[in-house]
Amino acid sequence: MTPIRIAFLGLTDAAPLVVALEKGFAEAEGIALELLRDTSWATLRDRLVYGQVQAAHMLAPLAVAVTLGLSQQPCALSAPCKLNVNGNLLVMNPDFAAALEPDAAARLGDPLATAHDFANAIGLYHRKPIIGVVHRFSSHALILRYFLASAGVDPDRDVVLRVLPPSLMVEAMRAREIDGFTAGEPWGSSAIEAGLAEAVAASERLWQRGVEKVLALRTDWMEDNADTVDRLLRALVAAASWCDDPANREELARLLSHPAYVDQPHDLIERALSGHIVARRGEPPVDLPDFLLFAREATPFPWRSQALWIYSQFVRWRMVESSADAQARAAAVFRPDIYRRALASSEAPMPGASMKVEGALAQPLAIGAPKGAITLGPDRFFDGRMFDPDRIEDYLEGFEVPR
Amino acid sequence: MRIVIIDDSGARATVLEEGLRDAGYDDIHVVPPRGAFVARLERMAPDVVLIDLGNPSRDSLEEMLIVSRALAKPIAMFVDQSDDSMIGAAIDAGVSAYVVDGLRKERVKPILDLAIRRFNAFARMQAERDEALTQLADRKTIDRAKAILMRTRDLSEPDAYALLRTTAMNQGKKMVDVAAALITASDLLGGMS
Repeated sequence: MTPIRIAFLGLTDAAPLVVALEKGFAEAEGIALELLRDTSWATLRDRLVYGQVQAAHMLAPLAVAVTLGLSQQPCALSAPCKLNVNGNLLVMNPDFAAALEPDAAARLGDPLATAHDFANAIGLYHRKPIIGVVHRFSSHALILRYFLASAGVDPDRDVVLRVLPPSLMVEAMRAREIDGFTAGEPWGSSAIEAGLAEAVAASERLWQRGVEKVLALRTDWMEDNADTVDRLLRALVAAASWCDDPANREELARLLSHPAYVDQPHDLIERALSGHIVARRGEPPVDLPDFLLFAREATPFPWRSQALWIYSQFVRWRMVESSADAQARAAAVFRPDIYRRALASSEAPMPGASMKVEGALAQPLAIGAPKGAITLGPDRFFDGRMFDPDRIEDYLEGFEVPR
Repeated sequence: MRIVIIDDSGARATVLEEGLRDAGYDDIHVVPPRGAFVARLERMAPDVVLIDLGNPSRDSLEEMLIVSRALAKPIAMFVDQSDDSMIGAAIDAGVSAYVVDGLRKERVKPILDLAIRRFNAFARMQAERDEALTQLADRKTIDRAKAILMRTRDLSEPDAYALLRTTAMNQGKKMVDVAAALITASDLLGGMS
């Protein structure tokens, strides 16, 4: 048995890691998995960078940021597989939400209109709303900025983005330190259930197949331990398939609700797993079937174009200077080659390409693959833009910079 | 040199503060990581910030440091980026040190070394306290088991203790486990304890 320690945060999308351990998928690959829960992304990152753990459940943009040296300590990280797609909610307190579309399902269904309502609500509020984000280098922060900017809001000028770990968001809402937040589940649902917030946007409606958490490894460790990495990826992909099976949903929710993992009621956790999101306490759930994906449509496959989309947003928000070198290093964080090597002997269907135009699919599309066929789900951005990884400059010029 | 310790555990902050004062630093402030602590910290403009690795406020603090950099206020970074062994030691001890860029390493290193020692000392203190608490609980369990034996088998206290001890030895178990089993059995049989 090869011992592997993985650091994670208490979130529903840590499910493939928990299942790999609890349902024996890791053991079947000869891996003695140990999971270490952290509260803050900074601690999780440091544990990975300084070798206290071999792998981490990491925000995809944070893995890119660490590699580019935007974080505290530069270190080359690699993401040979994604742990999930989508899974976040933006929630705001009921006072603020009262200025938005009152029908919560309509509000979630039309993000472009909601962004404009949001922009108007800022004016009514007489001060900058304070919105909690889990990290500067998170998909949450990047897509929130994109969402706000689509209605002319400058996220660095018109709102205050306050960084807090996801598990502290609900308490910060209760203490009125923040007016809303965007985080992975179950924290949005937890605030809604406490009557402290209403859902304003769901990540699957902002970018239908948005990149979220990855399995992050130190690149040098990954290269020195090829066989172990392959076994770990096989275990995680098998676990992810188990997580996506509706028959396992209740058991999964109960597993995650354990105090060692998410430590929240299982019925709250089940909302994200089933895509039945209660947008306002006491109302019937809104049906969001793609709220959280673990395995279907080759979810774990790390498309390089998605690492480049993250890079494009870093450039857009002036978190990094645009350069050919930075772009190449960002793209290299996602490692479809390692994924292909590890899963070559398995049943997992494998895309033939490593990049795609993100946001181009309005309808499900069956793509040819060297092994099996894969149907990719619609992956549109809510504003209809497409991200061509070969034309990043053109893409960025298409945005009106709100300042 | 202004040093800020971010900590809500009074004991650890005291241990650290005393150590730093002994070492000749006197501009030391303890800030609990609650509410608008980041704004308060910013006004204090510390040269060194010490924070427990497990503190959930680390994300907020790092964000402040990045934004400060953008505003051309003091630039801060995670120790000296070239000194891996020092960072490793800091992490093992549970201390994250944020050091203002441009501050000379000769001045920072002793603070950090001291902080690491103090964090370790605090961890040891806690471990010893936990152990003492466990021992106390163990003794209570053994006392209860002894009382049951004294009542039900009409033994003296030394004999009851000896019986527990020999049973534990014969079974290769800890005395407290034998005692706990006896209490459970006694409860099941009608609660004579």
